[in-house]
This record gives sequence, structure tokens and C-alpha cells, in this order.
Amino acid sequence: MLMNSKTKGFSGWKERHRSEISQFKEITFAAKKSKLTIAGLCIVLGLVVIALLAPFIAPYDPVQMDLGNRLQAPTMTHWMGTDELGRDIMSRVIFGTGLALKIMVIVLLIDLPLGVFLGIMAGYFGGWFDEMIMRIADTFMAFPRLVLAMAIGAALGPSLVNTMIAIAVTLWPTYARLARGETLSIKERTFIEAEKAVGTPTWRILFSNILPLCSSTTIVRATLDMGNVIRIAAGMSFIGLGAQSPTPEWGLMVSTGRDFLVNQWWVPTFPGLAILITVFGFNLLGDGIRDISDPHLRRGD
Amino acid sequence: MNFGHYVLKRLALFFIVILGVITVTFVISHMVPADPVGAILGENAPQELVEKTERMLGLHLPLHEQYFRTLKGAFTLNFGVSLRTQNPVTVDLRNYFPATLELITFAMLIAIVFGIALGIIAAVKRNRWPDTVSRIFSLIGISMPAFWLGLLIILVLYFKLGLLPAGGRLAPFITPPPTVTGMYTIDSLLAGQFSTFWNALYHLLGPALVLGWIQTAYIGRVTRSSMLEILNEEYIRTARVKGLNERTVILRHAFKNASITVITMIGISFGFLLEGSVLTETVFGYPGLGRYSVNSFLSLDLNAVVGSVTLIAICYATANLIVDLLYGFLDPRVRY
Repeated sequence: MLMNSKTKGFSGWKERHRSEISQFKEITFAAKKSKLTIAGLCIVLGLVVIALLAPFIAPYDPVQMDLGNRLQAPTMTHWMGTDELGRDIMSRVIFGTGLALKIMVIVLLIDLPLGVFLGIMAGYFGGWFDEMIMRIADTFMAFPRLVLAMAIGAALGPSLVNTMIAIAVTLWPTYARLARGETLSIKERTFIEAEKAVGTPTWRILFSNILPLCSSTTIVRATLDMGNVIRIAAGMSFIGLGAQSPTPEWGLMVSTGRDFLVNQWWVPTFPGLAILITVFGFNLLGDGIRDISDPHLRRGD
Repeated sequence: MNFGHYVLKRLALFFIVILGVITVTFVISHMVPADPVGAILGENAPQELVEKTERMLGLHLPLHEQYFRTLKGAFTLNFGVSLRTQNPVTVDLRNYFPATLELITFAMLIAIVFGIALGIIAAVKRNRWPDTVSRIFSLIGISMPAFWLGLLIILVLYFKLGLLPAGGRLAPFITPPPTVTGMYTIDSLLAGQFSTFWNALYHLLGPALVLGWIQTAYIGRVTRSSMLEILNEEYIRTARVKGLNERTVILRHAFKNASITVITMIGISFGFLLEGSVLTETVFGYPGLGRYSVNSFLSLDLNAVVGSVTLIAICYATANLIVDLLYGFLDPRVRY
């Protein structure tokens, strides 16, 4: 922790940040009360641990073929059975966790800053720039997300990187709109007037006054989108526009497992279950965070 | 702002958005690394054939002329010929779109009935077990990958229990009813063919269940939160104090007001359903717009991509337009 010369140890820090600390306490209290949020948090943390430890906990190599053991039903040696090339499904599902999380994180790391930046600029400067950005945003929002992502994915060619680009293109308008709305109300406040009056450069007002104030709404919104990103990526791979064999991607695994649905149900079932649990965990968490961050809803409970 | 002005402003915005949609679709389909002619003809196609196909698609023209061709095509509803099906894209769309519309409508009916019931129960029994159960049910619905749920339904209801038909819109030996709307259920009723009607309905059941569950979840959540908001209002307490029975208070006083938000949600769901139909139709082999667009993406069938994506986006934008106008009409505060 960086110490200011005025502070005197921990108690000084505690004194200066009293409001933040009480807010933090209030939030943890609200989170503890909501069992579903805690459940979501546990699922998400569990997924992160699985993703990080994948090489150590996966019993087999996820792309190692073993044609002598094709399409084995779940047993003690292969808990989720094996697929059409004898690969261990559980190992593939475990390695797929990291992949799903990676896709989600990269997409949001591109989109959140981009959307917020455009939104703040549009809201602060207004005029034709605002009009232009918002009409472009409207246009992108006029497409159902999956359809637009699939069209872009098809045009760029099927690959994981292109899947991420395609999803990123569909997502930024949401954040731009939110950030713009927040900026519009923030820029009318007195302290911004004061900053302007003392001659603070515009870029500093944008980044140190406005950005922190509109980041919380957009971040809350982003946590609600996390599950969606994972689901769209899986859907694109299922159609054949995303990850390609032999990548252990869940949507792709369900897609190839389709042919074995009737006699070897475990091939498509477990990867699909993994998608469901992951998206469910993120949705629980996002929902909880939304409820906690919205004082209106919190008071109601 | 009065309502007339609001409508005009909203319509102008709608046309700008449509223009934008066509532009974006054009950029996606014409300025990308993919090689559509190669994808259709194969790598070793003779040079003359490649050139002939390129001329047919207009790919030999400069980009801006291609753009105006696309714009003109979109406004005159002439998207050219699909290389995959060899039909004019408009004819294909006219065949496939009613199928999707029928599916979406059916799914929407399921979702409205169950979603509203679920939402009201959750709001009334708030924070007790029915609320928790319905919340988990909704969240699972929202988190469910449609393609996987479809596979499970096919496995259990078709292969194991034999309750559902194999894919398609009608059993193979039944001739489709004479085309009026293109929706088999309505057309067969119009022609008085009741057995065809039941068969069409039976074929809709699987995909509509998948789409309907996911949509039930969305509508249930919105119903719950808007009911909760309204149940806190003073006039609900007044109604209870007045001695009205609980049923009347909930349904007549509270739900009637909550329904404005729910109507909006139903409009927005239209977009979700269009999106969901893409994956669901693919899994069930249901010959609708969603499967048509997926096939055209996969084979890089340019004209079909432009046609189907534009149609989907226009439907989506129109649904949003109707919702906004309805909302502006019902709630004057929106028209700022």
C-alpha cells in the first residue's frame, strides 16, 4: 500500500477510507445474506481453480488418442467415458474450462474499455460525434447477437480467435450506451464545473473524474454478460464456426458427440453439462452482484 | 413531445438503423478474407466457371457499385440467386420464414403462459421456497445452451420414449396444406384439414419446448420483478384494507399494472427467440430461417447470407420499434 506523508499508520488509512470500508462491509453483509450469490461465487471460484490446475488434475492428455478404447462408457478409469477417438472426456472437459474462461476474459478485456471509452467520449462531447457513435451502436444492436457473431465468424473463417473478434464486435454497444448515459448525468454536476473552472485538461476530467464514476455500472453489466459470452462461443463452435478439432472446446465436443447421442449418450452430455454449470455459475454471481449494487433492490429485500 | 412527434422520430431512427444494418451486412459479406466462389465451386474449378460465377454475383464490379447493388436489392426485395439452393433468395426466404414465425409464435405462447404464472407465484411467495425454486428454474433456463437442451430432448422424448416425431414440419407422407400464410398450422385449419393441423403441431412441439423454456425464464424474471415493485405500492395496501380478496388484489390490481413491463418484455423476447431459433432449428432439422441462415454461413453463400441476415435484423428492429411505440403510447414519460 502506498503511504501518503499525511497518514499515520493503519489507523490513519482507516480514517481516510472510512466510507469505503463501511460500504465494503455493507456489500459483504448483503452478499452473505444471499445464498444464491454465494453459490454462484463458489461455482466460479471452483471453475477458476479447475482451469488453473488443469494439467495437474486431468487424468489423461486431452488430445491423446487411444483407438483401442473408443466410446467406452463411464467407468472408474474413465469417469466420463471416452469419445470416438478414445480420448478421455473428463480430461477434455477439464481443459475446456480454461478455454471457456479465456475466451470470456479476452472478449471482455477488449470490449469493456472500448465501449466505455467510446461512450464517455460520446456523452462528454455530444454533437455529431455522439450522434454518429450512437447510431452505429443502434445498428449493431439491431442484430440478434448470435446471428451477427455467426455472420462475422463465417466471413473471417472458423477459428477461436475469429470467434472472439466476432463476439467482441457484438458486445461493445451495450457498454458504450451505459457509459454515455452515466457521463451525460455526471457532466452536469457541480464538481465537473469546478474542475473545468480551474483549468483541468479535458482528458484528465474524462479519465480521473468521469471514468471512475461510470465504471461500476458497466462492470456490473459485464458480469451479467460473462455467462452469455461463454454460451455464444459454445454455440458458434457447435455450428462449426468456432474452435476446430482437436481443441477441447465444449461446444465442439457436443457437436461431434451428436452422432453418438443414441448409443453413447455420455459423449455429448458431459461437455454440455459443463457449459450449463459454467454459465449458470456466472449468471448466479452476476445476478447477485446486480442486486447488491442496486440500492433500490437491496432496500426492498 | 406529443405522440405524433415521437412516432415520427422513432420511425426516422428505424430507417437509419435499417440502412446501417444493410451496410454492416454488406461489409461483413463483401470485404472479408473468405473466398465465397472457391467455397462453392471447390479449389480446382475451371477459370471460366469461376469468372462466370463472379460475374453472376457481381464480384467483378468495383466495391461501391456492389454496395449500391446490394442496397437496391434490399429495397426491392431482390437479393439475387442463392448459389447453394439455386433458387432466388427471396423465394427461399418466403418458404423458410413462415416456418420460423410459426415456431416462434408457438414458443412464445408457451413462454407467456408459464412465464407469467411462474413470475406471479415467485413474487407473491417472495423469499420463500416457491420463489427460490422458480428463481433457480429461471436461471437454469437462461443458462441453458439451446443446442444441448435440444439434443437431450431428442434423446429422451424421441429415441427413448418415442413421444416426438423425427425432424421436419410434417410427417413425410402428408402433403402440405395449400399455401396462404405459409404457416402449416394456420393453413391447414383454413383448408379444414384437421389431421394435418395436429401433425404440424406435433412437429412443432420439440423445438418449441426448447425455445419456450428459455423464454419462460426471461418472462418469469421480468414478471417477478415488476410484480414486486407494484406490490409495494400504496394502492395495493388500500385494496387489501378495503377487504378485497387476495386473488382479486394480485390479478386485477397488481398484475394489470405489471403487465406493461411484461408486454415490453414479450416484444424483446421476439429477438431472443429469433436468435434461439438458429441453434434450435439446426438441432431439430426444422426447415426454417435459422437453419437456412446457418447453412448459408457455412457454405459462404453470399446472396443468401445478405438476404437472411437482413431479414432477421429487420424483424428484430421492427419488434423493437413496435415495443417502443407501444411503450410510448402506454407510458407518456418515455417520450422525452
